[in-house]
Amino acid sequence: MADPIKVYPSKPQKVYYFGTCLVDMFYPDAGIAGVELLEREGIEVIFPQGQTCCGQPAYTSGYHDEARSVAQAQLDLFPEDWPIVVPSGSCGGMMRKHYPSLFKDTPEATQAAEIAGRVWELTDFLLNVCHIKLEDLGEPVTVAMHTSCSARREMGVAEVGPALLGQLKNVNLVEQIRPEECCGFGGTFAVRHPEISAAMVEEKVGTLVDTGAREFVTTDCGCLMNIAGYAEKNGKPLQGQHILSFLWERTRGNQGGQS
Amino acid sequence: MSETTAHAHPHVDVKEFHPRAHAAIHNPKIRQNFRKAMDGLMAKRTAAFEGWDLETLRDLGANIRLKALSNLPDLLEQLEQKLTENGIKVHWAVDGDEACRIVRDICVARDAKSVIKGKSMVSEEMELNHYLQDHGIEALESDLGEYIVQLADETPSHIIMPAIHKNTGEISELMHEKTGTDLSNDVEYLTASARQQLREKFMNADVGVSGVNFAVAETGTLCLVENEGNGRMTTTVPKCHIAVTGIEKVVPSLEDVSALLALLTRSATGQHITTYFNMISSPRKGEELDGPEEVHVVLVDNGRSSIYQDDELLDTLRCIRCGACMNHCPVYTRVGGHTYGTTYPGPIGKILMPHLIGLDEGRHLPTASSLCGACGEVCPVKIPIPDLLVRLRQESVDGDRLHPAKVRGHGAKRSTGEALIWKGWAWMHASPGIYRLGTGVAAKFRALQPSKAGAWTDFRTAPKLAPKTLHQRMKERGQ
Ligand code: SF4
Repeated sequence: MADPIKVYPSKPQKVYYFGTCLVDMFYPDAGIAGVELLEREGIEVIFPQGQTCCGQPAYTSGYHDEARSVAQAQLDLFPEDWPIVVPSGSCGGMMRKHYPSLFKDTPEATQAAEIAGRVWELTDFLLNVCHIKLEDLGEPVTVAMHTSCSARREMGVAEVGPALLGQLKNVNLVEQIRPEECCGFGGTFAVRHPEISAAMVEEKVGTLVDTGAREFVTTDCGCLMNIAGYAEKNGKPLQGQHILSFLWERTRGNQGGQS
Repeated sequence: MSETTAHAHPHVDVKEFHPRAHAAIHNPKIRQNFRKAMDGLMAKRTAAFEGWDLETLRDLGANIRLKALSNLPDLLEQLEQKLTENGIKVHWAVDGDEACRIVRDICVARDAKSVIKGKSMVSEEMELNHYLQDHGIEALESDLGEYIVQLADETPSHIIMPAIHKNTGEISELMHEKTGTDLSNDVEYLTASARQQLREKFMNADVGVSGVNFAVAETGTLCLVENEGNGRMTTTVPKCHIAVTGIEKVVPSLEDVSALLALLTRSATGQHITTYFNMISSPRKGEELDGPEEVHVVLVDNGRSSIYQDDELLDTLRCIRCGACMNHCPVYTRVGGHTYGTTYPGPIGKILMPHLIGLDEGRHLPTASSLCGACGEVCPVKIPIPDLLVRLRQESVDGDRLHPAKVRGHGAKRSTGEALIWKGWAWMHASPGIYRLGTGVAAKFRALQPSKAGAWTDFRTAPKLAPKTLHQRMKERGQ
């Protein structure tokens, strides 16, 4: 569950960037957008090439030995005490909330707990640590937002996305009904219980389309794959984007470094 | 009843979760009834807590339950002693079968032929109605929802609102068919008719059976929360009252009850308080005009003391049976309570039932969740339901050599193929060089990516691999 009180660090000179495996393979643009946003705030981004995955898929599937061996391979990547930022509520939640229990009773327990305390969801970090000010250079647009369940409940950042989008003067943010309801992704849940998951995403796409928006943004690539994939397959008029890509594209002007 | 089938319903196979989920999802009536009911309950809960510091109250609730559980054996002893002093007879039952036998023996000793029942989930767990009926004793539910469910020969689909899967029209048809009531959409009329039918039974019942919401150790008081007054009739009209309760329902003092009650009714139905709150502390005393001559309490273990042994799983026993986790569960809302095939459906069912029926029987239960966390967020006593689901998933595949599994039937979900896939996955992701090579090759040959990927692409398009991975792009940037 969300931290009762969050103690944000002061703005650092450097951060570690944990890209997550979904961003790595499917949405690297979102990953780069996050890096650009941080760099524009004057922060140096360190991307350890040794990173792979936070271990969450195996963890939530009950394969804790396997999750531990993968998570363990990440622990040595962040030796300095800089914050670790993650462009995903779900992988952020895994590292921040579940590493301590995964490594309970192991020699790495202290290290895991120390690392967990330094993990931040990236939009939260941009808003509340960098105090980012966004200048909107885009055309007027209406968007809806879907905050992932882990971003909302584990990382406690449900207010952050709307606050960032609220800084963009040409963006009209519309709210779906039941914004807090899960889109039905849930990692391996979508594979083990495909019909229930489909019934959930069907309703989620319905409520998003009902807002009148033709675009939505989200904090997490899992939700993005699920919601946008359902809309595409079923011919629904809804496009999706990671919130970081959206923020960067609207504010980068002509000097953007994105390919 | 055999041990493994005793607490799932006899005519419902827990393992048939998938076909039932399929049927429910494609039944527009079920979908609509649940969506409407759950939306209503969620809104009522939110309204009921307006102006309250909910987090502080939840902390208080959690602490009261934790304190009670940490002291459970002593509290139970104290409770037994106080109840006995008050003239209430105390019985202990190891499992559902023994609890059923105890109830029957009391009935036989009184030569009782009919039992009227107030709402009680433990008696559902024990399948008391079937047992009594098999032994020639009529058992009639007095709670309106339970009465409807019983008329339909079904089981409750929700722990607070047993007949929530039916709308008024369906209930009217059922009552018409089974009791001759006129067809009507007038809820008042239907309620009044059911009441009429029940009144007669109350007058003639030999024994009343009820559940218990809180059992107060300090005073030996049984607390019962209800809205219809049928619970009060059940516990006062028949000459003999038997209260059946799980052993975890004990709390130290009356003061604890007030906080838990405030949380219970608001979380469950969004009510600030229920219409009736009964406190039973003894049989009828000499000069009193009403109340039963005899009061019995059956304290049912049924697997609870084994949950109690484990520091993490113990949290399951905090539950005060408010049903809020069901009301907020997106899976429950889509499939309804009967899909689970268990006494307790929804999130609490998924963490409690594996202890009662074993993980071999209940193997699908812990996986049937997207781990969205809505259940844990609303639970008034802060049970970390998602964490417990993960724990039970680990037990069902025996996936942690550091923390060996303990729940009966552990390992039942493990398959060699799946275990091998995870081993391979772990090997690749624990070796950064191999991971980069693999993802890099996949990106390069992304044109060969299959457009179909099993169940995922039955409903969605497959996500497309990017031409370059983030690793590669960061490397190109010199990072
Ligand atoms: S687990 Fe929590 S929310 Fe669910 S019924 Fe029990 S007390 Fe209520």
